Amino acid sequence: MAKYLLSVYQPEGTPPAPEELEKIMARVAAFQEDAEAAGVWVFSGGLDGQETATVVHAQGDEVLVTDGPFAEAKEYLGGLTIIDCADLDEALHWGRRATLATTLPIEVRPFHWA
Amino acid sequence: MTSEVERVFREEYGRAVSVLVRQLGDIDLAEEMVAEAFAEAVRRWPPVPPSPAGWIITTARNKAVDRHRRESTRDARHAQAHLLAGDPQPPEEVGAVQDDRLRLIFTCCHPALGRAAQVALTLKLLGGLSTAEIAAAFLVPEPTMAQRIVRAKRKIARARIPYRVPHDADLPERVTSVLAVVYLIFNQGAAAAAIRLGRQLLELIPDEPEVRGLLALMLLTESRRAARTAGGFVPLDRQDRTLWDAALIAEGHALVRECLRRGRPGPYQLQAAIQAVHTDPPTDWTQVLALYDQLLGRLPTPVVALNRAVAVAEVEGPAAALTLVDGLQLGDYPPWHAVRADLLRRLGRRAEADAAYARAAELAPTEGERLFLEGRMTSGSGGSWTGQDRP
Repeated sequence: MAKYLLSVYQPEGTPPAPEELEKIMARVAAFQEDAEAAGVWVFSGGLDGQETATVVHAQGDEVLVTDGPFAEAKEYLGGLTIIDCADLDEALHWGRRATLATTLPIEVRPFHWA
Repeated sequence: MTSEVERVFREEYGRAVSVLVRQLGDIDLAEEMVAEAFAEAVRRWPPVPPSPAGWIITTARNKAVDRHRRESTRDARHAQAHLLAGDPQPPEEVGAVQDDRLRLIFTCCHPALGRAAQVALTLKLLGGLSTAEIAAAFLVPEPTMAQRIVRAKRKIARARIPYRVPHDADLPERVTSVLAVVYLIFNQGAAAAAIRLGRQLLELIPDEPEVRGLLALMLLTESRRAARTAGGFVPLDRQDRTLWDAALIAEGHALVRECLRRGRPGPYQLQAAIQAVHTDPPTDWTQVLALYDQLLGRLPTPVVALNRAVAVAEVEGPAAALTLVDGLQLGDYPPWHAVRADLLRRLGRRAEADAAYARAAELAPTEGERLFLEGRMTSGSGGSWTGQDRP
């Protein structure tokens, strides 16, 4: 088994209308339930907006603290799921489910140590 | 390499690598051991053993076992356990061996790999071409191609792209991807390797009519290569038919007839059928147009629409075709200018025709085509550009 990170990429700007968002959240909940039932689900979480981010960066022994995301982007990491799968085909199956649920692009990437 | 070893290499390399990849679980190691087995064959053959592929597979496998006995590195321990636990005889039955080749094809053409990587890996692992040969066919520097192959293999290993035939539900889509890779190889100057792959695919996936269609399309296109490229570039209606390869045409026609019997046409089968009509002179343009109508329905691209317009010119006349051609957004595509030039010439609009020929010549991808098009500007008669016949 190998762990894969499913990253949800979210466009900057206005979120979907409440009724649309409700449908998305229902689909995301079903996705997570199914992944749990299949025994592949490890962790899921949605992130707050990129304006809430803070970066800390070591400069030698000093640490610089700055406001904002590491890289300002039109599409940013909006949430993530970690799954434990036999191979990439299985991970892509869950990736497909995730993009259909969220309507957003999903990056599927293996962990190096897992 | 002796010619006999070379022949076995061309025909059996992919089979041997695919079996070894399954047994060793490591693509690089499989390639290396198969290469060593062929080197051994060069020293030992003739006589060629009764089952050359079996000999190569057994020899490669034994070399892998020897190597793991010699080196007891940390990484090798797993593979060694796996190797020694397995059957000491290589699988001789054809079914299992074929499955391995199919596994390897689907791994090489996995959608998680980019098209360029799919093509390179397929040529390397199944076609047995060297990195230098692949780089030459795709006109990229050898180090670039080497890096592309290394990266693709690394992704297969690290992202765990599986080594298996896809589930039935995914199969049609995955086969389409494999066919696209093989046709790209065919069109990129590795025609012989693509035809070999096409034959293997038909053997492995006999029930998918598009596999048969692609092989027919490649054979019929290849059958006229000598005639098409004699002295630069020669369009279909001016080709010396004695240069056509009758054996390839007969084989291609037989495959197209089998496709028609199955009655499940797809884009490759339709293109093959069009080529079959062209290789059965004189060309029945009404039939070609009917086939293009079907093809355009399934593959509604401007390039197909352009080729259909060429058939329209033959059936309904150049004026009707020119209207269609002028409606296409293909200004960067050299054949669009060439087809337009021919239609304008046939309508007696010389000045416009010459301007279009000049533009087509300027954009022509090969010297042969450029010279042909420049010749058209002053010659003025015969030899239409058919659109379907590119060098």
